[in-house]
Amino acid sequence: MRPRQPEQRVDLEVLASLVTPGSRVLDLGCGDGLLLEMLAQRQGVEGVGVEISLENVRACIDRGVQVFHGDLDQGLSDLGDDSFDFVILSRTIQTVNRPRLVIREMLRVGKKGLVSLPNFGHWHNRLGLALGGRMPKNPLFPFEWYDTPNIHVCTILDFQDLCREMGVRILQMIPLGWAGNRPHGWLKGYFANHPLFLSAAANLLAPMAVFLVDQGDS
Amino acid sequence: MASNPVTGQPGSVGLVTTRLVELFNDGQTLTLDCGATLAPVRVAYETYGTLDADRSNAVLVCHALSGTAHAAGYHQADDRRQGWWDDYIGPNKPFDTNKFFIICSNNLGGCDGTTGPSSIDPATGKPFGLRFPMITLGDMVRLQKALLDHLNIPRLVAAVGGSMGGMLSLQWALDYPERVKACVLIGSTPRLSAQNIAFNAVARQAILSDPNFNGGDHYDGERPEKGLALARMMAHITYLSEQGLHEKFGRRLQDREELSFGFENDFAVESYLQHQGSSFVKRFDANTYLYITKAMDYFDPFPDPETTARRLKPVTARFLVMSFDTDWRFDPSRSKEIVRILNWNRKQVTYQEFSSPHGHDAFLLEAPQYKESLTAFFNRLHKDHCARASQAA
Repeated sequence: MRPRQPEQRVDLEVLASLVTPGSRVLDLGCGDGLLLEMLAQRQGVEGVGVEISLENVRACIDRGVQVFHGDLDQGLSDLGDDSFDFVILSRTIQTVNRPRLVIREMLRVGKKGLVSLPNFGHWHNRLGLALGGRMPKNPLFPFEWYDTPNIHVCTILDFQDLCREMGVRILQMIPLGWAGNRPHGWLKGYFANHPLFLSAAANLLAPMAVFLVDQGDS
Repeated sequence: MASNPVTGQPGSVGLVTTRLVELFNDGQTLTLDCGATLAPVRVAYETYGTLDADRSNAVLVCHALSGTAHAAGYHQADDRRQGWWDDYIGPNKPFDTNKFFIICSNNLGGCDGTTGPSSIDPATGKPFGLRFPMITLGDMVRLQKALLDHLNIPRLVAAVGGSMGGMLSLQWALDYPERVKACVLIGSTPRLSAQNIAFNAVARQAILSDPNFNGGDHYDGERPEKGLALARMMAHITYLSEQGLHEKFGRRLQDREELSFGFENDFAVESYLQHQGSSFVKRFDANTYLYITKAMDYFDPFPDPETTARRLKPVTARFLVMSFDTDWRFDPSRSKEIVRILNWNRKQVTYQEFSSPHGHDAFLLEAPQYKESLTAFFNRLHKDHCARASQAA
């Protein structure tokens, strides 16, 4: 029983929908610049990416997307405080060496953060490990354990715990299906009224989630 | 890539000639930052490719300290060496002459045809020598702009350069913001550090203390070749990386089996440097070396945040900043400083760092990833240029 292949970067649509048109956006681990190009064309967003791979930087140049070649684990000391309206970490947080540093830096240079992550707590992963006895492999975690960029995988609940511990405020949590669809119908209404249930259920049922966060009042 | 019919080289612009034009000969003068004026002023330049009908596909290549107008192709069919950036300029190369009209001119103060300290001072009928006025990078760009006016080219797709050429291209974006759409700075810096100035100072002292220097009037006698060669040898060390030098020479001995126990050239690296020095003095003027290194020392377009913001306000160019990890003349942190300044002032900037064993000189040499990125950037500029043109039509 394998879940069907998620569409190419399905979280991007949801991330894009949370970005205010005309704002200034930093995409950390921007890959080939697809999201920034989408944001620029559709929403008039002024975007900058940070990317470690030379090939991806070149792909960004191809798209006409501004990009800084660099390593997130070194911090973002070249960028000023609050210099962006949104800082995006789309499926990147699980690949960095120092997630706490990256989250801190994200909320230093940006007013709001958008984090999308593959949910290791999804039932498919749990079943795979519990019954199969092996590290899960599926469209969200397609790599062999010895060959994966995903070195800090977490569950939705884990990420919420980390936010709480770091004093990061979660403004919105959107669980996503395989196709990047949001919960709909009665489920949506039910989730809206039962935030605690939402987290636990999403942690089991949603293969991905998107978080909108900020620094809180502190 | 098609071979060039004359030279047989694939992707070559083929045979080219350096052209000379006299500007400021109509009563106008070139006014310099120091307040002095020059007239007339001669400029040596080369062009490659074809200027399009609306004169809008020009790319200006700015050369570094010791460069010339001869950036690509061959002067004679049997030339052993091509122009200094031939790997990057030509049909289907990053600065693609099928798409762009490339211009490279010898900098003001130079010794390759453009007016400089070795030119004849019209007031005395003798070479200027040290009576040549002090010049800045701003003055060099002012002269390049006069050349473009003469060629009737209102706008540049890009100003491009490595090292001091990158500083000139930045100066272009600042001084003529409405004329530059993109700006490429490779292995460059927003200003010289104390260490950079120190190296330049020692180089100048080597020239000034040569017994043949004669206050700069050495054009009809013995030239200060020892001083100039020494300056070049020292500077050349800073253009290479320790790793690069080691890989090339190690502790290999030169034409001998054993140490000489004397002060002859024991090591290959000594003989290599001497060769660099002695071939340099054949083509370069010691006074030009003094003037241009001083102009570099003076370059500082962003001395404080207020000046920076004021100077960058009208700038609309998009920037591409590139560096090489083993460059210690202008190391990657200097390029990142440019990126930081531009980003803080909300300018469009892309930054990329490459790995290379070749130090500061890497920007001149063949390197696939660097080449692909430059190609991608210029393809993108061309795409946007075509889109604008079809919109306007």
